[in-house]
Amino acid sequence: MIASLHNLSAAELAARYPATHPVGDWVRAHLGAAGAFTVNALIALALTTVFVSLTALFLVWMERKVCARFQLRLGPNRVGPFGLMQTLADGLKLFLKESFMPREADFFVYYLAPLIPITSSFMVFCVLPFDHNIQIADPQGGLVYLCAFLGMGVFGVLLAGWSSNNKYSLLGALRSGAQMIAYEISYVLCLLLIVLASGSASTRDIVLAQHGTVLDWWLFKLPGCGVLGFIIFIISSTAELHRAPFDIAEAESELTGGFHTEYSGMGFSMFFLSEYANLFVTAGLGATLFLGGFLAPQFGFGPLDHALALVPGFVWFMLKVYALIFLYMWLRWTFPRLRVDQLMALEWKFLLPVALGNLAVAAVLVTLGWLIP
Amino acid sequence: MNAPTPKEICCRTFRAISAGARSLVTGLGITGRYLTHPKTIVTREYPDNRNQLRFAERFRGPVAMPHDAAGEHRCTACGLCEKACPNGTISILATRNLAEKRVLGKFVYRLGQCTFCGLCVEACPFDAIAMSHEFELASDEKADFERVLNRKEGR
Repeated sequence: MIASLHNLSAAELAARYPATHPVGDWVRAHLGAAGAFTVNALIALALTTVFVSLTALFLVWMERKVCARFQLRLGPNRVGPFGLMQTLADGLKLFLKESFMPREADFFVYYLAPLIPITSSFMVFCVLPFDHNIQIADPQGGLVYLCAFLGMGVFGVLLAGWSSNNKYSLLGALRSGAQMIAYEISYVLCLLLIVLASGSASTRDIVLAQHGTVLDWWLFKLPGCGVLGFIIFIISSTAELHRAPFDIAEAESELTGGFHTEYSGMGFSMFFLSEYANLFVTAGLGATLFLGGFLAPQFGFGPLDHALALVPGFVWFMLKVYALIFLYMWLRWTFPRLRVDQLMALEWKFLLPVALGNLAVAAVLVTLGWLIP
Repeated sequence: MNAPTPKEICCRTFRAISAGARSLVTGLGITGRYLTHPKTIVTREYPDNRNQLRFAERFRGPVAMPHDAAGEHRCTACGLCEKACPNGTISILATRNLAEKRVLGKFVYRLGQCTFCGLCVEACPFDAIAMSHEFELASDEKADFERVLNRKEGR
């Protein structure tokens, strides 16, 4: 299926984009299979931890800066150059603050809840293909795994709201639960669209299936359906991320933060960290599914294509991810919020039927082979 | 009134969707313009830009009494500002000059009581007082909150 959609066979693709990284090979050569199994995993874990932390720090700064410019302000500009150290200072403050628990709150669940969303973001990080040889794991059912862990985040929110013993937290959690369950359907239908088109649920295979020019990206290759699927993906993932205009779960103005009202110190910073880690993960997923992941954009023009292909895939992946993150921020700081009933109506009456219809049309197109050549 | 036909409902729905989408794109355009045009920033970095502060013309700071080049003010000690003030902020202490004419002795202005409403300035028939642009008013000296506005007695 994969080989039939573009000019290279699966073997040629595998040769062109080797899956093993030199560092991993070196460890394997020196420590043997059993040793490498542990050491490589530890390297991956360390890199993920550092990367997630730094990304979250940077994204918080970026969000504050971008949002400030949208609102005709300057944003953080005092701590470090361009205020870059601001989030570090805020993080330090959160570290030093007391982690407070309300009376009558459920001790175990209250302290468990902040760990669930951050765990799920870390787990999803494992299957993101940063480059053809920078990917921690590539299970065949990568997207199924991904859905499972993206869906796990809602537990953190629900448990946090429930265990806080606070009416605002509970209301926020309930809204959030309803919202995430609803929008997950359109979200997963978008993933299904891509699985249908590329004939694989492995994130690496999905990227390799988009090998070719820019027009081979699933955004364009499925005529019409790709763009529509991408729009649905952006809407539903914004709702999944609890970002405005779908931020009724947090609703600063009416629920004083929603499910994390009662959290302070590290509990709050875990929620905060996972929010931005999830933003990165979702944008990475969007880049992987619709924008050709780590593949360099090719325009079918010899010299330019060669120059673009010289840039490492990691750089292209990050560029695409940050373009999408910027899009999320742009939407967040521009659009008005939806009311709860409008939110539900949008999903169940509009987005879900459109996503289903889109999937059906895409199935017909793929079966008949009516793709952009 | 007839019930709308399916065609009408369809048309209305699509019109609503396209109008909504268009308005969202307009919004994105506006915020996008703000982002790409640094001139639109309204924030002023106050302590750094003390030397080039710009004030709105009608900014209402504490009441001040403008003096001309010769050091003369225009107050006649008529007392209209004192009467106009709702807080008792102003006390006109009049005196008599050599010709036994009533002139200003001291224009006492109690900053601590002032709400910067500007009624005294409106009441003044001679434009002898004005709202200044002074704004860094904090002080730990009580004397700083009870000012004498005129530099000399008389007119």
